[in-house]
Amino acid sequence: MRIFIAVAALVFAAMSITAYAGKTLDAIKKRGRVRCGVSNGLPGFSSPDSKGKWKGLDVDVCRAFAAAVFGDSKKIDVVGLSAQQRFTALQSGEVDVLTRNTTHTLSRDTALGLNFAPVNYYDGQGFLVRKALGVKNARGLNGASICVIQGTTNERNLSDYFRKHKMKYKPVVMENNNELFKAFMAGRCDVFSTDASGLAAQRSKTKKPSELVILPDIISKEPLAPAVRHGDDEWLDIVKWTVYAMIAAEEMGITSRNVKRMKKSSDPDVQRLLGVIKGNGKAIGLTETWAYNIIKQVGNYGESFERNVGKNTPLKLARGLNGLWTTGKNGLMYAPPLK
Amino acid sequence: MTGVARNRVLDWIKTNLFSSPFNIVLTFLLLFVATKLLWNFLDWAVLRAVWGGDAETCRHGAGGACWAYVRDKARYVLFGHYPYEQQWRPQLFVAIFFLLSLLTQFKRFWSKYLTAAWVVLPLGAAGLMWGGFFGLTHVEMEEWGGLPLTLALAFLGISASYPIGIVLALARRSEMPVIRALSVIYIEVIRGVPLISMLFMAAVMFPLFLPEGITISKVVRAQVAIIMFASAYMAEVVRGGLQSLAKGQYEAADAIGLSYTKKMVFVVLPQALKAVIAPTVNTFIGLFKDTSLVFIISLSDLMFTTQASLQDADWLGFTVEGYIFAAFVYFVFCYFISFSSSRLEKELKV
Amino acid sequence: MHYDASGKGIGISSLWRDVTKRKYTIQVLVLVGVVVLFSVLINIASDSLQKQNIASGFGFLAREAAFEIGETLTSYSAESTFGEALLAGLLNTMLVALLGNFLAVIWGAVVGITSLSHNLLLARLARIYVDTLRNIPLLLQLFFWYALITEFLPAIRDALNPVPNVYLSQRGMFFPMPEWGATHGWALVALLVGGIAAIFLYRWQKLRQQHTGQLFPFYRVAAALLLVPPLLAWLIGGAPVELDVPVLQGFNFEGGLALTPEFLALSLGLVLYTGSFNAEIVRAGIESVKKGQKEAAVSLGLSRSQALRLVVLPQAVRVIIPPMTSQMLNLTKNSSLAVAIGYPDLVNVANTSMNQTGQAIECIVIIVFVYLSFSLMTSAFMNWYNHMTRLVER
Repeated sequence: MRIFIAVAALVFAAMSITAYAGKTLDAIKKRGRVRCGVSNGLPGFSSPDSKGKWKGLDVDVCRAFAAAVFGDSKKIDVVGLSAQQRFTALQSGEVDVLTRNTTHTLSRDTALGLNFAPVNYYDGQGFLVRKALGVKNARGLNGASICVIQGTTNERNLSDYFRKHKMKYKPVVMENNNELFKAFMAGRCDVFSTDASGLAAQRSKTKKPSELVILPDIISKEPLAPAVRHGDDEWLDIVKWTVYAMIAAEEMGITSRNVKRMKKSSDPDVQRLLGVIKGNGKAIGLTETWAYNIIKQVGNYGESFERNVGKNTPLKLARGLNGLWTTGKNGLMYAPPLK
Repeated sequence: MTGVARNRVLDWIKTNLFSSPFNIVLTFLLLFVATKLLWNFLDWAVLRAVWGGDAETCRHGAGGACWAYVRDKARYVLFGHYPYEQQWRPQLFVAIFFLLSLLTQFKRFWSKYLTAAWVVLPLGAAGLMWGGFFGLTHVEMEEWGGLPLTLALAFLGISASYPIGIVLALARRSEMPVIRALSVIYIEVIRGVPLISMLFMAAVMFPLFLPEGITISKVVRAQVAIIMFASAYMAEVVRGGLQSLAKGQYEAADAIGLSYTKKMVFVVLPQALKAVIAPTVNTFIGLFKDTSLVFIISLSDLMFTTQASLQDADWLGFTVEGYIFAAFVYFVFCYFISFSSSRLEKELKV
Repeated sequence: MHYDASGKGIGISSLWRDVTKRKYTIQVLVLVGVVVLFSVLINIASDSLQKQNIASGFGFLAREAAFEIGETLTSYSAESTFGEALLAGLLNTMLVALLGNFLAVIWGAVVGITSLSHNLLLARLARIYVDTLRNIPLLLQLFFWYALITEFLPAIRDALNPVPNVYLSQRGMFFPMPEWGATHGWALVALLVGGIAAIFLYRWQKLRQQHTGQLFPFYRVAAALLLVPPLLAWLIGGAPVELDVPVLQGFNFEGGLALTPEFLALSLGLVLYTGSFNAEIVRAGIESVKKGQKEAAVSLGLSRSQALRLVVLPQAVRVIIPPMTSQMLNLTKNSSLAVAIGYPDLVNVANTSMNQTGQAIECIVIIVFVYLSFSLMTSAFMNWYNHMTRLVER
C-alpha cells in the first residue's frame, strides 16, 4: 500500500497542474501568456524557423492577442496541434484559442461546441499536380489517386465534388500533413488536395516548385477563422475585435510604421481605434491602447499578409478574396465600425 | 597449429557445416548468397558512401549511402526542437543515462549509492532540462524532443510500471474477491486493447474528464498511458513468478508467523521476481520500442524527429539512411538491455 | 483501544484491527473509491460536454459519412453511414489480422526450425534475423517498408512486369483475377464438400489406427479430396479461363486484384516482425521436448520424420500454442499501427470519424469494445484449448 501511495504521489508531482478559476481571460492574465493552438508546420501560416521560433499569418494573429491583452506580442505559447487533436485541445482548455487554419462550418460551430471569430483568411480547396501529368483542370482527374489530409473538411469536399461530377478517385489518407506530402512527392498519388494556400505553402517547400502546378479549379469555400470555446463571450469579444482591429487599421491606412504619427490624426475613427478618444478599451475590458499595441507590434492585416504569404514570400499568394472590400476588386475583408 | 588442434577445427567444420551432401550444397549456397548480400551492403554503406558535404554532394556521389545526411540531421533527430544553444543540457541528460547504465554492468559498483544515483541523477537531469534556476532558461516540456524524450518515457515507464505491476499481481492473487476482480478487470481490459487506443484516450479523451481549469501537459498524459499499459503486462509477468514458487515457501512463511507484508517482501517476492528476470526484461524492451507510438499523437520523440528530418526539401530522397540511423539507435538500446539482463541473470545465478 | 477476551476489537477501530473484518473494510473502501472516482470523472465529462454544447451519443453512426475510404471489402461509398464506414474498417482489420497471422505462423515455424538446423551457418542467419527484427520498433519497420515501396519501386507508367499481367509499381501490386461465374461457385462448393469429407476421413483413419494399428496414407488422399472435386467441377463447367486483367487506364490500373502499398507494407511489416517472435516460440517449444523422447522414438523403430511428427511435435505444440496465441493477438492489436501509414483499418476510420464528428469518446469506446471482444474470444479459445490438451495423469 505504501508503495502505491508513494507512486501516486510521484505521478501527481509530475503533473503540471495549472489550476485557474473561471474565465479564459482571467486564466490568461494569471498565466501571463496567451496559448494558441496552431498547425504543426505549414509555411506562411505557422511554422518554426531554423531556431524553433514560430512564424506565419496564424502566429501573427496569436501575437496580436498577446499585444491586446498584455501590450507585449511576445507573451505567447504556441502549441503545434494535429488535425485530430485541435478541437479537444481547445475544448479541454489546453489552448485558449485555435488559430490553426480551421474552416468555419455549421457543424463545428454547433456540435463541436466552438465559437468562431471573423475570418482571417478566405480560402478554397484546390488541386496540386505534377506538370508532367498534363492535366489542365479538375475534370480531368477521373480515376486519379488523391492524397488528402485526414480529419479535414477537404476530405469531405473531395468526395462531394467527385460525386457531383460522377467521377471516381482513389483516396490516400494520412493524418500527418508533411508525411502525406512526402508520399505525393514520391509518386504515391497523382494529386495533392488541400486549401489553395496550403498547396502554395507545400509547393514553396519543394526543390523545383515550377514542376508542380495548382489547377485553376477551386472546389469549396474554406473561410479560415480563429476559434474559441463556446460559452465565454468576454474572450470571444477580444478575439473577434482583435481580428477586426487589424483589418480596420489597413482600411484606415495605419501601419506599424506610421501608427505613432497617426495618433495625431484628426479622423475620429482613427482616434477611437488608437485610444486617443477613450472608450473602446474599457468596453472590451482591456487597456485603451490595445489596438495601438497590436498595430505597433504586429502590424495591420495587409502587412501581416504580405510578410507571411504575399508576393515577396515563397508562397507568392495574391490578395484576391483577402483584399480589402474598398479596393474594388473582389476583396472580402471588411471590419464593422470600431465605435 | 598442432595436428590435434587442426583436427579439432576440421571436425568442428565437418559436423557443423558439411555433415551431409545436402548440407555441403546448402552451406556453399548460403555462403555465396550471404557474401553477396554483405558485399552489396558494404559497397553501398561504406565504399561508395558519401560521408560529408550537402545533399548535392550526395546526389553527384557514387550512388552509395548518404551519411552526410545523418551528419547534418543527427543533432535534430537526437535532440529535436530543444533550443539549439541549450542542447548541452539534453546531451548531459543522455550522458548521465549512459554512465549509470555502464556502472550498473559491474557488480562491484552495486550499492545503495548506485540505487540512490539512479533515483537522483535522472531527476536532476530532468530538472536541468526543465531549467528555470541558476540563470538557466526554462524550456517547456513541449519542446523536449528526440532521444531524451524517448529515454525519459521509457525510464519513467519502466520504473513506475514495475512496482504497480507487482501490486496488481499481488492483488490478482489476493484472497479478497473485490480486489481480485478489480485487478483482473484492469489487467485484462488493458491487455485486450492496442496501445494506440490508450494514447488516443490520453490525447483526445482524457482532457475532457478533467475539471475545468486543470490541464495536464500532453507528454505527462502520454506517460501515464504508457505506465498504465505496461503495468498490466508487468502484472502478468510477476504473476507467473508468483505461481512458479513452491507452495511450501508460502506455508513456511506463514508457519513462522510473518505478516502478509513481511511474507511478501522478504520471502515471496525476492524469489518470484528473480525467477522472471527474462520475461521482465522482454516487457521492458517492448515498452522501450512502444514509446515510438507517441509519434502518432505527435509528440516529438526519436521516431517523430526522424520522420520530420526526412521531410526537409533539401534532403528529400535519403529515407533509407534516416531509418537506418533511427533503427540503429533503437537497436543499440534494446540489445544493450537484453545483453545486461543475461549478465544480471548470471550474476544472480538463477 | 478496547479488546475483548478473544483479542477481537470492539467498535469502529475493530474494522481495521480485526484481521477478518479488515479484509471487508479494505474491499468496501476500495470499491467505494473506484465507484466514486468513476462517477466523478463521468460527471465532469458530461458536465463540460453539456456546457460547451458538444454533441454526444451514438446517433452519429446513422448519419452520412461523406468521406471515401481507399479500399474496402464492402460496397462502401461516401453516401454510406458512419456505422458502415466503421464496419468497412473493421473488415479491413480482420483481413490484415487473418492473413497476417496465417503467414506469420508459417514464417515463424520456418525460421524457428531453421534456427535449430544442423547447418550452423543457416542457424546463425536465422538467429541474426530474429535478433535484429525483435529489437527495432514495429512502427519504424512499417515506415521503412512503406518508403521502400513508394520511393524505390518504379512509377506506375514504368511498372515492373515480372510475369505477364502482373504489375509491380509504387502504387502497389496488380494481379489478374478469374472472371467470376457460376462455375467458380460450383468449384467452391466442391472444395467445401471435399474438405468436409477430409475431416471425416481423418477421424475414421485415426479410429482405425487406434483399433487395428494400421496406417493410412491420409495426407495424400486428403490432398486429392481437396483438389480433384473443384477441378472436376471447373472442367464440367466448360473450363472458363477468362481473366479480369489489370490494364493501365488514365492514372491507374483498372481491373484485376490490386494490393495497395499501405496494405503491402502493413502486412509485410507485421508478418516479418511477429514472425521473429513466433520463431523464438517455435524454437523454445521444440527445445523443450527432452532429447530422450526422440531417441526413444527412434529406438522403437520410427523413422526420423515419424519421430518428429508423432512424438516430438505433439509435445512441442502443447508448449507452443499458448504463447503463439498471445502473439496472434499482438499482431491483431499491432495492425492498428495502420493509422500511421494510411491503411484504412478500424482505428484509422474511427480516427477520421472522430475528426469529422468531434465525438472522440464514442469513437474510442468503439475501438476498445472491438479489440476487447477479439481478446475475450481468444481467451475463451485458450481456456478451451488448455482444457483439451491438459496432461491426463493417472
